[in-house]
Amino acid sequence: MTVAVVRFGGSNCDRDAERALDRLGIDAEIVWHEDGLPADTTGIVVPGGFSYGDYLRAGAMAAHSPIMTEVREAAADGVPVLGICNGAQIGCESGLTPGAFTTNESARFQCEHVHLRVERADTPWTAAYEDGEVIELPIAHGEGRYELDDDRLTELEIEGRVLFRYCDADGELTPEANPNGSKHNVAGVLGERESVAVLMPHPERATLSELGATDGRGVLRAFADATES
Amino acid sequence: MTAYTATVTVRLKRGVLDPEAETTARALERLGFAIEGLRSADRFEVDLEAEDAGEASARAEEMAERLLANPTIHDYDVEVAER
Repeated sequence: MTVAVVRFGGSNCDRDAERALDRLGIDAEIVWHEDGLPADTTGIVVPGGFSYGDYLRAGAMAAHSPIMTEVREAAADGVPVLGICNGAQIGCESGLTPGAFTTNESARFQCEHVHLRVERADTPWTAAYEDGEVIELPIAHGEGRYELDDDRLTELEIEGRVLFRYCDADGELTPEANPNGSKHNVAGVLGERESVAVLMPHPERATLSELGATDGRGVLRAFADATES
Repeated sequence: MTAYTATVTVRLKRGVLDPEAETTARALERLGFAIEGLRSADRFEVDLEAEDAGEASARAEEMAERLLANPTIHDYDVEVAER
């Protein structure tokens, strides 16, 4: 009964994710990508970092590593999968989730706190929040601008697969509150199953009260609920 | 078998924002160059052996589809030449 936090060469949020899960009482272990997923994997985190040095495109190399085939198979079996930051880029590159996260509109790496609007609270990742609730999480990325052609994005919105959008403190989707130029302020999306989600902001960095904000706890709690059910 | 070089050019689809190209364009303008637009692209030169140019081209296209390009945001083209 373990959440596998997949470590690639260049992952750097793997320990943060493991510690955050541990503090929430959720058993987690870091898994080196070459070792494959443990047999008792009940959830998967693809953490942030700079896997393979972001060569070619952020996430492109890791997306084709053998463990991602196992991750896709587990996802298809209903195992919850969360991709955070570089993990979100890997998720999109590997086809787990639609769209692409590419160069920020500013063409710069950005490290700051942002507000997010919870677009729907009836998913495992957002059950701890209310519909339309505004939460605060940190971002730290250079390639976080969500891109998808207009027709597909409209489909995605109709299907309710946009999980979080960048907003201001009042929940308004203004251009100023969009840190990276993401289309329609999209910060996180669902895969074909609700049990698969990716987002650029870092919930695992907002879980420990001694470090400030704890708004990220709710996202990670999905793994506890999955283990209990 | 013949030795070929397949040149794969990967560029952003029309309409997809290219912040790096925009930054580069602004830098050129600061240097005094008058320009009307600038697009950037990645070029990969792949040396390979194939039965004929068609096979070399088909393999390079598969490389582009599976790794070199991200079809969500990129277009690509392939040119093949004997080397």
